[in-house]
Amino acid sequence: MRKPAYAGLLLSLFLALPAISSSKASKDADEARRHAKLFQKRLNKDEQILHALDRLTFGPRPGDVERVKKIGLKKWIDSQLHPERIAENPNLEAKLQPLESLNMTPMQTVQRYPSPQMLRAIAAGRQPMPDDPLLRATVERLMARFKVRRTGADGAAAVASDPNADMEPVKSLNQVLDPAELQTLRGGSPERKRELLESLSGDKLEEALIAMPRPMRQQLFGVAPVEVQRKIQLLNAPQQVVAYDLLVSKLLRAVESNRQLAEELDDFWFNHFNVFYDKGSDRFLLPDYEREAIRPHVLGRFRDLLEATAKSPAMLFYLDNFQSVRPDIDANNKNRKVKRGLNENYGRELMELHTLGVNGGYTQHDVTEVARCFTGWTIQEPRRGGGFFYNDKLHDKGEKVVLGHVIPAGGGVEDGEKVLDILASHPSTAHFISKELAQRFVADDPPEALVQKMAATFQKTDGDIREVVKTMLASKEFWSQGAYRAKIKTPFEMVASSVRALDATVTDAWVLANQVGNLGEPLYRKLEPTGYSNLNAEWVNSSALIARMNFALQLAQNHVAGVKVDLARFGSDPVEVARTLLFRTASPQTRAAIEKALEAQKQKTPALVAGLVIGSPDFQRR
Amino acid sequence: MTSRRVFLKNSAFAIFGVGSIPAWLSRSVYAADGSQNRKKILVAIFQRGAVDGLNMVIPFGEQRYYDLRPSIAIPKPDGTPQSAVDLDGFFGLHPSLAPLKPVYDSGRLAIVDAVGSPDPTRSHFDAQDYMESGTPGLKATPDGWMNRALPKARGPASPVRAISLGSSLARTLRGRNDAVAVNNLNDFQVRDPRGAATFESMYESTLDTVLHGTGKETFSAVKMLQAIQKQSYTPANGARYPGGGFGNSLQQIARLIKADVGLEVAFADIGGWDTHVNEVGAQPAAGQLANNLAQFGQALAAFYLDLGDRMADVCVVSMSEFGRTARENGDRGTDHGHANVMFVMGGEVQGGKVYGDWPGMADEQLYESRDLALTTDFRDILGELVAKHLGNPGLKTVFPGYENPKFRGLLA
Repeated sequence: MRKPAYAGLLLSLFLALPAISSSKASKDADEARRHAKLFQKRLNKDEQILHALDRLTFGPRPGDVERVKKIGLKKWIDSQLHPERIAENPNLEAKLQPLESLNMTPMQTVQRYPSPQMLRAIAAGRQPMPDDPLLRATVERLMARFKVRRTGADGAAAVASDPNADMEPVKSLNQVLDPAELQTLRGGSPERKRELLESLSGDKLEEALIAMPRPMRQQLFGVAPVEVQRKIQLLNAPQQVVAYDLLVSKLLRAVESNRQLAEELDDFWFNHFNVFYDKGSDRFLLPDYEREAIRPHVLGRFRDLLEATAKSPAMLFYLDNFQSVRPDIDANNKNRKVKRGLNENYGRELMELHTLGVNGGYTQHDVTEVARCFTGWTIQEPRRGGGFFYNDKLHDKGEKVVLGHVIPAGGGVEDGEKVLDILASHPSTAHFISKELAQRFVADDPPEALVQKMAATFQKTDGDIREVVKTMLASKEFWSQGAYRAKIKTPFEMVASSVRALDATVTDAWVLANQVGNLGEPLYRKLEPTGYSNLNAEWVNSSALIARMNFALQLAQNHVAGVKVDLARFGSDPVEVARTLLFRTASPQTRAAIEKALEAQKQKTPALVAGLVIGSPDFQRR
Repeated sequence: MTSRRVFLKNSAFAIFGVGSIPAWLSRSVYAADGSQNRKKILVAIFQRGAVDGLNMVIPFGEQRYYDLRPSIAIPKPDGTPQSAVDLDGFFGLHPSLAPLKPVYDSGRLAIVDAVGSPDPTRSHFDAQDYMESGTPGLKATPDGWMNRALPKARGPASPVRAISLGSSLARTLRGRNDAVAVNNLNDFQVRDPRGAATFESMYESTLDTVLHGTGKETFSAVKMLQAIQKQSYTPANGARYPGGGFGNSLQQIARLIKADVGLEVAFADIGGWDTHVNEVGAQPAAGQLANNLAQFGQALAAFYLDLGDRMADVCVVSMSEFGRTARENGDRGTDHGHANVMFVMGGEVQGGKVYGDWPGMADEQLYESRDLALTTDFRDILGELVAKHLGNPGLKTVFPGYENPKFRGLLA
């Protein structure tokens, strides 16, 4: 009896070998079924509240769970869906107030925070001298350099590479500050330096900053209050102030805004309609872009959002449409050596990334036709901060056919607007946008049924984003185990949520914003129009994990300048510390590892424990 | 367990039938047997954004090139730094790539022209995805060709056998073999030793499958790299890497190679090639493309010099998602096109020659009457390097659906 059975086993093993691939397929199918089941499994009441806070905010703060419980989950969500009815946190508004470039027009920005090229133009007398003393000091220093280097071999190039080289200031530092003050600034503790900088009157402060050598200024930057930091940047590299304001405001809003869902959506939509800060004029166009094109529409109509981005100087510049003109424009102009023409960049990304999605059913021919429709959509004085401008002379007047729709010959600016109509109402767009939202707010691979529900709402409501989000938040899939903690936090979410969980006080958000960059997501600096991926894989890799662990330990032990954690909040019981930060019990594995670490310690160190929790696998999910 | 020797032999027979084992295969068996401790290393470089191959390697022998690009063509070689550097009387290097000319002359740099992905997409995102997965047209491929190209490890594999330079793990290195992203070798550690040990045990034991895998790889790699971090690094032979991310990436790869930590494949990228506007500056050898190519060429030349004899084990290959339009556009730039150019540099490369069949640039010769046509599939080039250099004959796994890559004889 035994022998044949053994042979049978061998035979079946043998037969199994070539069948490996098909058994893998059935394993995949099992996995898919298991996965689908998870989206049927409902969350309990406590999980629902945590899930809502994880997904619709930048992470819970102490007291948030109780607050939502008291208001009622449904009511709280409803209020988040109407940010205009939520009073903003006055502390946040006070902190945003000095960041003046956030409220400037591009033209004001370019004048107030000139680029190195603009500074050279002022120094060369081609532009008027600025009134601001700091800015004037920058220009004067540059002019002095300019004169010196002029005599050298490669004049302009040397100036360009070092616009901040030091020179003798009008007043020396000894004339501005008394010896005691000087000593403090040179060798005092960070607190004393900060106090002194805060106490100096406006004029004296500016004179002192102007008189300082650049390394000294740089060295004070880390301890300086926000207003002084901005002055230092204005002296060192004026244009950097714009990046400073953008990054600082983004971090502060994520951490402190009461309109959390709107801030999450601002991040989502900015990323969807990504523009890269470091591309030419976009350095001064971005504040206007985010304020005028993105923020007003995050819960509005998709069609409005689309047109706002299409007509924004920032997008016109980033995707080159401002230079795209009808192909025949210079055909007979013999004087023009460089013939201008069509540029397809915007037309392509508009369909691939902004609306239909890459499989949304368009062809190369459609790309060209769409590009023709947008010829003449340009910027008035693109290097000087002008706005959207339709130039009829540059527009291709011929007939175009876009996705089967005929756009008759002889049209003007409305050709482009018609394209936006066609794209915004296309079923592929409804599906693509719904899927992107679901990937960001539900799970990497959201059930198709959910996406279709959202897409149906999109079409029925003419692209009302609030309604689409509502459909998502009313779905059983959103409130399921399949969605619960299914997302890895983006670096931005990781940094903001850790500050929130620790209830830390932020005095210098610039440092935090740079940490987000270290973790792999330089804010406003995603070069490609794709933006960052909404999927987990974008953020899970060795160097990013190490950066997260280092950040966690530094932050909790008060080693991140400008962020203060009140360690007295934490008791000595590590399990309790973990629960305070995770808002639920830590996983047994995380707990065991922390307890083991503490065995070796003589005294209890809540800061170390807090750092370990923030860097743990548990905290990386939401 | 089957030894690697048997495995390789069997695969060889599977490919070639019963017969003599080709020289390259027996050599890699030899190396794998431990007679030679050093690993073969493949370095892939991705020029993200679609470099304009026609201005990188200039077909100056083709009059149509000058007709189609009245304001952005690079002039024929005339010995000045504003003209192409003659390679073979028909092709020339962009003047910014002059530092690579000696490598080409010494026969260690090969150029492949009219090469790329057969997929017609002109989306950066899709085309990069396809080139990194190694499966043009297939989006569902979960892993990358470079991960699949890693030869089967004999015994425990080095945790740093596959490294992606930068703050995220490149698509092409994702997959079942361990691969790590390293932004900066010196920062690659948890600085607080108490924290390091605890995090290690947390990520080791976590049930979170995504974080467990990456966590484990990370800590193994950290240990491996600790020794390197203690030493400062001076490039050999007076090599000077250019400033900026790409030079830094190549320098770190060189450092890893010389440290003999078991590196087998490395990936680095360099962006900024999407030159829709002002590709060429006031002079032919100035402007956006020229600056970027200078960085690219200087870094590769420095890498070659720095590694010296170790180049014998190393093969570097460059690629970009697609080429650019044969015609210049209206903004002194070029739009998304089709075929492109690849560089292959290494100690065993049969270089000093431009490979590939030149398709011509007449209207009817261009792909869709606008782009350089494709005459070589990028998988022919990569396949040859994977098989001959890395000694992995399993090309059906590395490039599924591409059964018979045509080797061009880039390696002996």
